[in-house]
Amino acid sequence: MVLFVSQVVQAQAPRTEGWLSSPGIVGTMVLLAIVLFIAALIITAQVGRMLKETKDKRAARLAEAELSAEELARKKAARQYKLRGDELGGRAPAFDAKALVAKASSEPDNPLVEEKIYSRARLEVAPELQRVVVWYLAASVFWLVFGTLVGQYLGLKFVWPDLDGQAWLSFGRLRPVHTNTVFWGWASLAMIGLGYFVIARTSATRIFSYRLAWWGFGLINGSVVIGNLCLMAGINNGGGEYREYIWPVALLFALGLMITFRNFYGTVKRRTIPEIYVSNWYILAALVWTIVLATIGYLPWYQDGLGETVIQGYYMHMGVGMWFMTFSLGLTYYYLPSALNKPIYSYSLGVLAFWTQMLFYTLIGTHHFIFAPLPWWLQTVAIVFSVGMFIPVFAGTTNFLMTMRGSWSAIGKSYVLPFFLVGVVYYCVGSSQGSFQALRFTNHIWHFTDFNVAHSHMTMYGIITFLMWACMYALLPKVTGREPSQVLVGAHFWLAFIGLFAYTVSLMAGGTVKGLAWMEGVPFIETVIATRGYWAWRAIGGSLMFLSHLLFAWNFYCMVRKPRAVTQHAALEPQMA
Amino acid sequence: MIDLHKDQANLVNISLLVFALLSTGIAVAPALHLQDNNAPLPGMPKMTAQERRGLAVYVAEGCMGCHTQQVRNIEMDKTWGARPSIPSDYYYSKQRMNVWQQSPSLLGSERTGPDLTNVGQRQASEAWQMLHLYDPRMVVKGSVMPRYGWLFQTVDSAAVQSGDVVLPVTGEQLGAPGKKVVATQKAKDLVAYLLSLKQAPLPSGVQADAFLPSPGADGKPLPAAAVEAGLPDGGAIFSQVCAACHQPDAKGLPGAFPALAGSPIVNEESPAKMIDIVLGGYDARPEFGPMPPQAANLSDAEITAVINHVRSSFGNNAPPATQEAVRSQRAVIAPETIAE
Repeated sequence: MVLFVSQVVQAQAPRTEGWLSSPGIVGTMVLLAIVLFIAALIITAQVGRMLKETKDKRAARLAEAELSAEELARKKAARQYKLRGDELGGRAPAFDAKALVAKASSEPDNPLVEEKIYSRARLEVAPELQRVVVWYLAASVFWLVFGTLVGQYLGLKFVWPDLDGQAWLSFGRLRPVHTNTVFWGWASLAMIGLGYFVIARTSATRIFSYRLAWWGFGLINGSVVIGNLCLMAGINNGGGEYREYIWPVALLFALGLMITFRNFYGTVKRRTIPEIYVSNWYILAALVWTIVLATIGYLPWYQDGLGETVIQGYYMHMGVGMWFMTFSLGLTYYYLPSALNKPIYSYSLGVLAFWTQMLFYTLIGTHHFIFAPLPWWLQTVAIVFSVGMFIPVFAGTTNFLMTMRGSWSAIGKSYVLPFFLVGVVYYCVGSSQGSFQALRFTNHIWHFTDFNVAHSHMTMYGIITFLMWACMYALLPKVTGREPSQVLVGAHFWLAFIGLFAYTVSLMAGGTVKGLAWMEGVPFIETVIATRGYWAWRAIGGSLMFLSHLLFAWNFYCMVRKPRAVTQHAALEPQMA
Repeated sequence: MIDLHKDQANLVNISLLVFALLSTGIAVAPALHLQDNNAPLPGMPKMTAQERRGLAVYVAEGCMGCHTQQVRNIEMDKTWGARPSIPSDYYYSKQRMNVWQQSPSLLGSERTGPDLTNVGQRQASEAWQMLHLYDPRMVVKGSVMPRYGWLFQTVDSAAVQSGDVVLPVTGEQLGAPGKKVVATQKAKDLVAYLLSLKQAPLPSGVQADAFLPSPGADGKPLPAAAVEAGLPDGGAIFSQVCAACHQPDAKGLPGAFPALAGSPIVNEESPAKMIDIVLGGYDARPEFGPMPPQAANLSDAEITAVINHVRSSFGNNAPPATQEAVRSQRAVIAPETIAE
């Protein structure tokens, strides 16, 4: 009999000294550097502006020293000039005939940071559409706070495993509550809500049916509520990631998608302009693909034995790629150019990215099961097309960055654009990192470790969530006419960004340490103990992220609440209606 | 000519069609093929009804969130099984569970806890499994696994019935004097399932796929003493096999698992008794959980190595055993395990 222990003991320990120079690792390091570089860019832009102001002042002082006595006297007189105090007063009412003054205030809103530009135009939106958008987004914000509260609690359990002894709060049951809530509750409802606006706006028509919109709202929210209750009660579909809801619950969600598709398609069909804007390509396709995906994921006839594993790899990857990524890209193709007030850099690059997204993304699900007992050809196809993903990713990134080009100074002056910038950069970084992780060597080190968790947060949070925030901050003030506090938006941004960075870097480092230790044959429990410190940092990063969501929820409330009676201060603000 | 920029019906139809075709090729067809071309290994026992119920508990508690069940065909996974997993291994366990629940996703994607492919072999002690579920940190100090207290009941000592599985710890240790902790049916089912997790042997004559060496792999030198005796590393075997119950410092767990440090049996001049216990198991002392036999799990050389490690470490000091002694005892105690 072959005895397993003998092999443990006589195992050929892999040599891991050269790991730092392997392509996947180097690639990931470069990607991390890109994120840091962008953060540095935003900060240096701000600091540089302040320094320049100081320098200008000093230069003016130096120039003064070289002036002749006469000039000096003139300058002195100029300095001593005092207003009488009634120049701008007078009794006649002031009138800004060309509406050049956006805002007049004698007291700035905050003394600490530069004020950002206020949302200029208010869009005319049908009140029914406004209600649909606001309610979808409100529900999504609720699920974001709830889902990340659960996530934060789970993160703490790595540090304090004995936090509670309740069955329905145990790690195994709550983990899918966290993932499914942020997937189907937060991101999905946010995307559909934002999509309703895009689809009506770019088709220059009204929504096909508001009633259908409310049906979709009820079905999707219902599936998340019932699904989570089931999971906490220990009822799940079989533990496959993102299809933990049993099929009757998932069916509610799928019906919600079908209704949404019907509604979007009907709206596009009655558009009053001949072309279908590229956003709508992505949005319609995301809905169609996800309906197919849910069907394939839940039909039973090919899922016994390892058939289930093939479907699992396909389903979990396509769930992210064909639903969240595709839909979010569609939204970005509308909201980013509209926030910059200029057209997308290249329309045809967007179309190229669309088709390559479909071709390459669909084929790479098995890269979640590299070295598993699945057919080797399936694994190789997945790896090859994972690398192929560079094409749609770079096409998309280039398109967005080139659209932003020439408007960099606008980033410092806007509270919306930094969210877009982070989302786009993470789109490039997170997706490329995923491709690197699919390579067999990096998979060797990272698979099964906490690195996976870092990757999924880089993508679902760094890309999707940041883009959703960008779109919401871009859209809501224009629709409701109410802006959030700029300081709180800034706090939201930096807490989320720094939190995400701490979260991902700690888990990437911890995952690498763990994977290398496994390769060297270190006893398992020692690698668990060695990860403790990284888990603590993850919990800290997660806390910052969660805190930022509370701020975001408040900002959201400020953007959508009913206007109060006009006060003195509010009367001074530009009313864009 | 189709103009997708203006023709929403064809845009949607083409997206749907191409995606459905790709999905069929990359997912549905391979899945169907794998499902239909699969059979159990000849030596694989069918799952009992109790093991199936245990699997249902495993799924309900989301164990696959942290535990994989796949030995990949790479060197580093040798810790978890004698051979890489093959599709047949999942023939019985990965079947649709019922109308509501699909075939369980047992392979998993995270190894926050150890792989469980072979846990029934590695940790064959029911007492250990029970205690570990009740409070993982009682038996594994650094563990971050949740406690599954709701799978157990605390009852008065008097109320314990015959046939109950009572945890091998006293009420005082649990902070509840006069009480006993007994396993619920769910805990018994789950442990039955876990203990059934063993890699089935391949039919004789069939060679398992080799493990792929890790990039740049080279040999790791054995400790000098082990090389001298021509034996494997006893310390490594101890931490793999024995330390879970007897603890890494060999001091045991009072009331559950006996200490090996300073144990009279370990320190006996003749290793015969110790060899007997390791080969055939031991359940003579009611205050401790039973020791599972290791004859089928370890070779003569490995048993010799680990016995010598224990007899010369943890403050113990007894002369080494020889492989011959182990071999002759095996012929008496467990002749069915003698390698061909």
